[in-house]
Amino acid sequence: MAQMTMIQAITDAMRTELKNNEDVLVFGEDVGQNGGVFRATEGLQKEFGEDRVFDTPLAESGIGGLAAGLSVTGFRPVMEIQFFGFVFETFDAIAAQMARMRYRSGGVYHSPVTIRAPFGGGVKTPELHADSLEGLMAQTPGLKVVIPSNPYDAKGLLISAIRDNDPVVYLEHMKLYRSFRDEVPEEEYTVELGKADVKREGKDITIITYGAMVHSSLKAAEELEKDGIDAEVIDLRTISPLDIETIIESVEKTNRAIVVQEAQKQAGIAAHVVAEINDRAILSLEAPVLRVTSPDTVFPFSAAEDVWLPSYKDIVEKSKQVINF
Amino acid sequence: MEKTKELQNIESQFETFQILNEDGEIVNEDAMPDLSDEELKELMTRMVYTRIWDQRAISLNRQGRLGFYAPVAGQEASMIGSQFALEKQDWILPGYRDIPQIVYHGVPLHQAFLWSRGHYQGGQMPEGVNVMMPQIIIGAQITQTAGVAMGLKRKQKDSVAITYTGDGGASQGDFYEGINFAGAFNVPAVFVVQNNRYAISVPVEKQSAAETIAQKAVAAGIHGVQVDGMDILAVYALTKEARQRGLDGNGPTLIETLTYRYGPHTMAGDDPTRYRTSDEDDKWEKKDPLVRFRKFLESKDLWTEEEEEKIVEQAKEDIKKAIKDADGAPKQKVTDLISIMGEELPYNLKEQMEEYKEKESK
Repeated sequence: MAQMTMIQAITDAMRTELKNNEDVLVFGEDVGQNGGVFRATEGLQKEFGEDRVFDTPLAESGIGGLAAGLSVTGFRPVMEIQFFGFVFETFDAIAAQMARMRYRSGGVYHSPVTIRAPFGGGVKTPELHADSLEGLMAQTPGLKVVIPSNPYDAKGLLISAIRDNDPVVYLEHMKLYRSFRDEVPEEEYTVELGKADVKREGKDITIITYGAMVHSSLKAAEELEKDGIDAEVIDLRTISPLDIETIIESVEKTNRAIVVQEAQKQAGIAAHVVAEINDRAILSLEAPVLRVTSPDTVFPFSAAEDVWLPSYKDIVEKSKQVINF
Repeated sequence: MEKTKELQNIESQFETFQILNEDGEIVNEDAMPDLSDEELKELMTRMVYTRIWDQRAISLNRQGRLGFYAPVAGQEASMIGSQFALEKQDWILPGYRDIPQIVYHGVPLHQAFLWSRGHYQGGQMPEGVNVMMPQIIIGAQITQTAGVAMGLKRKQKDSVAITYTGDGGASQGDFYEGINFAGAFNVPAVFVVQNNRYAISVPVEKQSAAETIAQKAVAAGIHGVQVDGMDILAVYALTKEARQRGLDGNGPTLIETLTYRYGPHTMAGDDPTRYRTSDEDDKWEKKDPLVRFRKFLESKDLWTEEEEEKIVEQAKEDIKKAIKDADGAPKQKVTDLISIMGEELPYNLKEQMEEYKEKESK
C-alpha cells in the first residue's frame, strides 16, 4: 500500500490502464509534455510515448470529436477537458454523439470514452472553471457520471470507467486533488460504477451526497453526534446511474434523509434523489426529504465562493430541521 | 469589401478543376483518370440509378411512405464520383444527404429507407461496411473524421476516412477544428464540401467573405482544391489523389465540389422558389452531370438509350423491392429502444424495460 493523494491515484489509474491495454490513449490540452495543468498525467508521456499520451490543439469540440472517432475504430480514449466549465464547447461531441453512439447504430457501434475533467468550488478559479455541471450530464441518456470523493475510490472508479464500453464522465473535484492522502493499493483494482458507499453508519438520518460534500457531510455528522443525532452518510460515487438500493435501504432504516450537493438547487441530482425516495419509500419517511445546495445563481465570482458554497453548518442545520419536523 | 492584392493572390489560386466540360468534351486530357470502359459505364450507371432513386424517393415521401428525405438530384457526380475513388476498407462519415455514397459503399438500399423512416435498424451498419450513421448535427462528423482517420492510421489499415458536408457546414466551428486536427496529426482524411450554393435558403455568398471554401484549407495547412462538382471524372480524379495523399502520409485534403441541388433542401416543407430564381436553376441544369457524361460516353460509343432504359427499369424494380423489405421490418417497440441503450442497463432502464414489457404484452 502506498499513501497517495487523489491526483496521484488518478495518475496511477491511467498508468495501470495504459499498461493493461494498448488501445487506451490519453490526450487533451497540455497533458503530454507538461503532464496536465494539475499534473494528472505527470510522467505518462515519458513512460508510454507520444503516441499514446499526447497534446491536442486547443479546441474542446475537436478533442471530443477525435475521441468519438477513435472510439469507433477500436480505441479507448481517455480525453481530458482542462476544466469542466469548458464542456459547453464539446457538449455536442459528448451528449449528442458519444452518448448516442450505441443507440443511433442500434447497438453496432459503441463509444468507450472516458471524459476526465476537474471541477468544483473552493479553489478560487476564474469563471467557468469550477461549476458543478454534473446535472447536465446526468440528464443525458447514454452517459454515466462518476465523482470520486477520495483517493482509493478515485483509482478504482477511473479504472472501471476506462474499462466501461460506453462513455463515462469522470469529474475530479479540484479541492480534493491534494487535500489529503489515503492508503491506495499499488496493484490494480476496480470500484464498481453505480455503487454507492456508506461512509458512516447511523440510525437517525441519512445524508446522501457525493464529491467534496462527502467531507462536509462527515464533519456535519460529527457535529450532530454531539447533539445525540446518529447520522448515516452515503457517498453516491456514481451519480448516474444511482445506486438506488443503497439509498432506499438506508432511508427505510433511518426514516429521515437530506440530500447534499455543491451544485445549484434547481433540477439537480439532489432533486432527482428526493423524487426517487418519494417514489419508493414515502411511507417510511417521518419527515420531508430536504436539500442542501448552492443558491440558483450563476457560479460565483471567486471572492464570493466562501459565502456561496454549502458548508457543514448548513448540513447540520438542515439535518436538525428534518429531525425536528 | 476591398481586398488587398495579397489576399486576392491567395484566393485566385483556387481555380476550378475540370476534366469534362458542359458539352461532354475532355478539356484536360492530362488529368484523365485511368478508368476502363467498364468503369466509365459503371459511373454513368450509378448516376442514372441515383437520379431515378431520387425521383422515386420524392414520390414515396409525398405518399407518406418514406419519411425524412433530402433530395440529391444535381449532386450525383459529386457524390458518386468521390465514393467511386474509395476502397471497401475506407470509412465514410456522411451527412444526412449523403445516402447514395453509403449505399454504394455497402449499406443495403432497404436499410437506407429504414433510416429515412426513423427505424432503429436503419443505423445498424452491416459487418464490414465502414459507414457511420448519417449525421444530423452539421459539422459533428468532421471532427469525428479526424478521429476515425487517426484510428485507421494507428491500426495501419491502409485506408482513409472521408466525410461530407455542405457549404453551410463549412461555417461551423467543427469544420475548422476537424480539418485543423487532421492536419496537426497528419491523418489520412478527406473532407468533401459539396457546395450546392444554399444552406437551406442562405446563399454561399452570405456564409463567408472567402472567395472559395477550398482556400480554407490554407489556414489549416492542408491541401485544398476546388472542383467542378458536375464533372464526375474531375471529382473522381481529385478524390483518388486525395486518398493516395493521405495514405502516403502527406496529410488530409479538403475538396470543394461546385454543385447544385435541383430539389428542395428536404421534403419537409422547403420551397426553393422562396430563395432561388428559375434562371439560376436553368443555368445549373445546363451543367447537369448526367447530360454531359452521357454525351461523353456516346462520343466513345459506350452508351445507348437501351442501356440507360435497362438501368432505369432496374432501379425502379430494386426500389420497389427495397421498400417491400423495409415494410417487412418489425414494428418498433419501446423495449427494442431500451435494449440498445447499453450493454448492461442501469436500474432505471431495467425497471422501465419491465414496465414496457408489461404494456407491450397487452
